[in-house]
Amino acid sequence: MSNIPAHLKYTKTHEWIEEQDDGSVKIGITDHAQDLLGDMVFVELPELETVLEAGDECAVIESVKAASDVYSPLSGEIVEINEDLIDNPEMVNKNPYVDGWIFRLMPSDPEQLGNLFDAEAYEIAASEDDH
Amino acid sequence: MPYIPHTDDDIKKMLDVIGADSIESLFDEIPAALRQTSLNNVPTGLSEMQISRLMSERASNDQQGLSFIGAGAYEHHIPAAVWEITTRGEFYSAYTPYQAEASQGTLQLLYEYQSMMAHLTAMEVSNASLYDGASGLAEAVLMAVRANRKSKSKRILVPDSVNPTYRQVANTIVKNQGLSLESIAYDSQAGNTRLASLPDEPGDIAALVIPQPNFFGVLEDVDTLTDWAHQHGALVIAVVNPTSLALLKPPGEWGEKGADIVCGEGQPLGIPMSSGGPYFGFMCCKKQFVRQMPGRIIGRTVDLDGKTGFSLTLQAREQHIRRSKATSNICTNQGLMITAATIYISLLGPEGLQQVASHSHNNTQTLAKQLSQHASVEMVFSSPSFHEAVIRFTNQSVETVLEQLQQHGILGGYNLKQHFPELGEAMMICATETKTDSDLKQYADALAEIID
Repeated sequence: MSNIPAHLKYTKTHEWIEEQDDGSVKIGITDHAQDLLGDMVFVELPELETVLEAGDECAVIESVKAASDVYSPLSGEIVEINEDLIDNPEMVNKNPYVDGWIFRLMPSDPEQLGNLFDAEAYEIAASEDDH
Repeated sequence: MPYIPHTDDDIKKMLDVIGADSIESLFDEIPAALRQTSLNNVPTGLSEMQISRLMSERASNDQQGLSFIGAGAYEHHIPAAVWEITTRGEFYSAYTPYQAEASQGTLQLLYEYQSMMAHLTAMEVSNASLYDGASGLAEAVLMAVRANRKSKSKRILVPDSVNPTYRQVANTIVKNQGLSLESIAYDSQAGNTRLASLPDEPGDIAALVIPQPNFFGVLEDVDTLTDWAHQHGALVIAVVNPTSLALLKPPGEWGEKGADIVCGEGQPLGIPMSSGGPYFGFMCCKKQFVRQMPGRIIGRTVDLDGKTGFSLTLQAREQHIRRSKATSNICTNQGLMITAATIYISLLGPEGLQQVASHSHNNTQTLAKQLSQHASVEMVFSSPSFHEAVIRFTNQSVETVLEQLQQHGILGGYNLKQHFPELGEAMMICATETKTDSDLKQYADALAEIID
């Protein structure tokens, strides 16, 4: 089974969410997702200051097999993007929860965090996805 | 590759494996109301003998004669080897295969094609081709809106000097996607787009289209136009005639930063005119925009043993993978046409292509000069041109002149009245390298007889 850290929150579309001290959240894709997609060749990052609704497409990750959308788990504004991924998209494969983060968002409605999966719920959702 | 039909046994075996009763049942999920059950306008089959007879009769209706019509499709000499090689069995089914990497020969040819086009246009990348020049422009316009991240606009400036059929096709394809193509008037003296015709404050625009040469064959001031577009945050889409690039500055070198996307019609590169198709479109761009480019690119790589090989790249953004989010609904390339084009360019080489371009330019200049010696024929535009020229009759209608020339076995030119009525009794002529001095004289003599 793939690595699903207990301190993160998740979506059914395989994003992880890490709450930061300043109230923002870091977002990436899960170990399970990177494993399904295979070797990353390109990450199309969102633009800084873009304002998103929860569920909006905001980035594209492209592997040798497919190009897939990343959806914003929460409403808010993009405050930082991981520019290291431009030259090193493989960090999404190697270390999806730390170096492979994609963007940081300042939520406009922090209550939406309550709608997200915890690790246990994501594990069940991801395993159902496999069938 | 042999043709292997499916026998009834094969079909039954395949259906058994997937547990379906019939091929028809595979389409069950399409609502009945959306299905076309009969093809009303398609006649029943004809025998080979009947169809040969019919097609010969139709072919005999083609107007033979010396053609001086350009306007987007050009009669160039095609060395016999081009189609002799292209129609070999190994190439004849050159449609990009589904198990792409098993067909290394096809991929290598596409790679060679891309390299030649990138070189000819001085751009960093070329895709493996599109359907034709007109749909290529539509794709370039859609691509520019995706690629221009500084602009939120869906407005694209398209000069009236762009081929009118390209403008129509592009508009048909992009208008329902919320894009607007805004026209820019051409200068009626010079025949090209002047800086003064461009808006002082264009607002947010995604791109400017620059044709070179333009539809009238006239050269645009590409450096000035390119820099103007970039100053206003717009990308530059170049629409070029590939033959002309042997003489003219390639789009990659226009202005300070070069064009961003280049597209055009590939027919002049070894494809016969054949009643309008099939042709092929080409598209090149700066590397920074490659992921917004439609279609596919063949890459050169090495295999596990370190041997050179070719692979299909960028297909991750095509519709069989990205579905509705694909960069385009076009997931293919004109394999056979670009096989011919690649062989054509390699047979001519840079020098040969340059000779084709300069002979075509010189022949048209010579013809235009001869024709405009008549008091009732005038040259319409003053700016330099490539291998087309626009002339106007002061005491005859274009239709009359063309009809009478045809009786002399001459297809005299392209009537501009349909798309450019403001030019009066004007038509466009084109004399490529295929025309000899005596052909030009024959035309001049015939015209003298008609109008004097």
